[in-house]
Amino acid sequence: MRELTYTAAAREALTEEMARDSTIFVVGEGIGPRGGNFGTTLGLYELYGPMRLRDTPIAERGFIGMCTGAAMAGARPIVDFMMVDFILDAMGEIINQTAKMQYMSSGRIKMPIVLRGSIGIGKAAATHHSGAYYSIFANVPGLRVVVPTTPYDAKGLFKTAIRSDDPVIFLEHKLLLNNKGPVPEEEYLIPFGQAAISREGKDVTVVAIAAMVQEALAASDALAKEGVSVEVIDPRTISPLDIDTILASVHKTGLLLVVDETPAMCGVGAEIAAQVVDRGFDDLDAPVRRLNGSAVPVPYSPTLEGAMLPGAGSIAAALRELLAE
Amino acid sequence: MSMEKKPTSDQLLSLYRVMLTIRRSEEQLAKMFAAGLVHGACHTYVGEEAVATGVCAHLRAGDMVFSTHRGHGHALAKGVSPGALMAELLGRETGVSRGRGGSMHLFSPEVGMMGTSGIVAPCILQATGAAYAFKLKGLDNVGVAFFGDGASNNGAFHEGINMAGAWKLPAIFVCENNLYATEIAYSSVTANPEVATRAASFGIPGVAVDGNDVLAVYKAAEEAVRRARAGEGPTLIECKTYRTRAHAEGMRDAGYRSQDEINAWKQRDPIATFRKHLLEDEDAGEPELQKIESDVESGTVAAAKFAQASPYPDPATALTHVFAEETNR
Repeated sequence: MRELTYTAAAREALTEEMARDSTIFVVGEGIGPRGGNFGTTLGLYELYGPMRLRDTPIAERGFIGMCTGAAMAGARPIVDFMMVDFILDAMGEIINQTAKMQYMSSGRIKMPIVLRGSIGIGKAAATHHSGAYYSIFANVPGLRVVVPTTPYDAKGLFKTAIRSDDPVIFLEHKLLLNNKGPVPEEEYLIPFGQAAISREGKDVTVVAIAAMVQEALAASDALAKEGVSVEVIDPRTISPLDIDTILASVHKTGLLLVVDETPAMCGVGAEIAAQVVDRGFDDLDAPVRRLNGSAVPVPYSPTLEGAMLPGAGSIAAALRELLAE
Repeated sequence: MSMEKKPTSDQLLSLYRVMLTIRRSEEQLAKMFAAGLVHGACHTYVGEEAVATGVCAHLRAGDMVFSTHRGHGHALAKGVSPGALMAELLGRETGVSRGRGGSMHLFSPEVGMMGTSGIVAPCILQATGAAYAFKLKGLDNVGVAFFGDGASNNGAFHEGINMAGAWKLPAIFVCENNLYATEIAYSSVTANPEVATRAASFGIPGVAVDGNDVLAVYKAAEEAVRRARAGEGPTLIECKTYRTRAHAEGMRDAGYRSQDEINAWKQRDPIATFRKHLLEDEDAGEPELQKIESDVESGTVAAAKFAQASPYPDPATALTHVFAEETNR
């Protein structure tokens, strides 16, 4: 199978969908002729012109609110907000308007809007360019929250996001954007709410989010050399969350570690742990463990940044501790 | 009240009927609120009826209105029935938002009423977005935002009108400057008392009109709608008006404005003024006006009966419509 980068795979999804549906348009800062800070729309302006690739003022609240209105009027906007940190200026629009519109209108108005952009720690991007915030979005009724990890997932989930009549927060980790992986030529879509088993194993389960999947896989390689078989699960969508796949894995292994670069407090790991304890308590041979990024604004210097973040080494150490319980 | 192109007699009588429908419906709602039948907030539009009426007279069902917490008048003028409005405030299944909204979340996309809002100013962005969608699809529809003076000091005002102006979108921004944002005097929170003049900073036309004169609003809106449909871009219309009831039903209406001020504006009641004008200009006679008045009166009574006789929503439906695709929550 051919290989594409994560960014190219998502861009291919966008290109195909824009050809299929003329009501799709993209807004963002520099996503027109320039093709986006991360190359997300490279080449599309020449194909589709300024009404469908719209460079905006730096006014996140404004253009997200604008796109909410456009979705209400039957268009399918995609907001390319570059860094997730920037849309914090638009939280009122997203939470009070975009997410509630279908309910407030008793289902008579759909909200087909995708809010896509980058997340993640690890590029010395410092605190205003390194956030993720998916736990906050997952706490909001009415939002889908998608965090793809592989090029294959990026394309298949982006197509589902674009065709969804629900608002989707589509978050792309900066450390994954240039990764290459197999992507089929033929069309495919990946439904929301289906986790991927990134590596099968039988001794212990690791649920990892976004770039932490890579770290968890590296830790699994290390433990394989010690004779330990680790199962790695990538939820791919935070909301809806595929708890059944996680429960089935815990049923098999009896042990669960959740790895997430965002702070532990009220996070995805807390939610997964609570649901597993609630529904899979009898399968657990030890308490659910969490490994998180530290609760600090993300620092700039690589030595400080590295110190706050889980990695293959700390994941392997946490797994050894869990196995020793 | 001179007009270049005078509305027809039917149009004039229609303006009168719509203003009166808004007034009588809200008087009925105020009674229902006092009787404890309205469960949440109820912000009336009494005194401001000329604005919604004058603007919406030019709109088609496919045009979209985005409104505020004080939106009963916009909904009725855009085509929502008094019965569906009252039923919504009573929390009934037959309400315009099927009991999910109440006064501050009135939705009727069927007639282009795209929501009233408990948050100030998002309507400006959403009307801009609807205008973007119309232009994208090659339609000649318009997006209209109604908002108060309070919204003009919100960032959404700047961000939305700036984009609409830059991209020449078919949007109309109607500021209902009633002098107070809740109970804060506009003059105390801005150094520029004029909203319309702010249009200059966005490079679009801004016009200020007497918001208690339905024909003045009608005329300004006519030009704004023409410009929008012709691809000439947005217009900001400032309607200078006043609400003569409290910010919301059940709230005290004292301490921030004087009774003299309220009385002076009551003297300029948009409906009574227009009625007098119609008679003086011989656009209508007493019998025609009285016929409209008795029609509206009986319509209001029927609407109230309908609302009170309507069932509450089935509690089993409380979780529906969070998502378009309900499976896989």
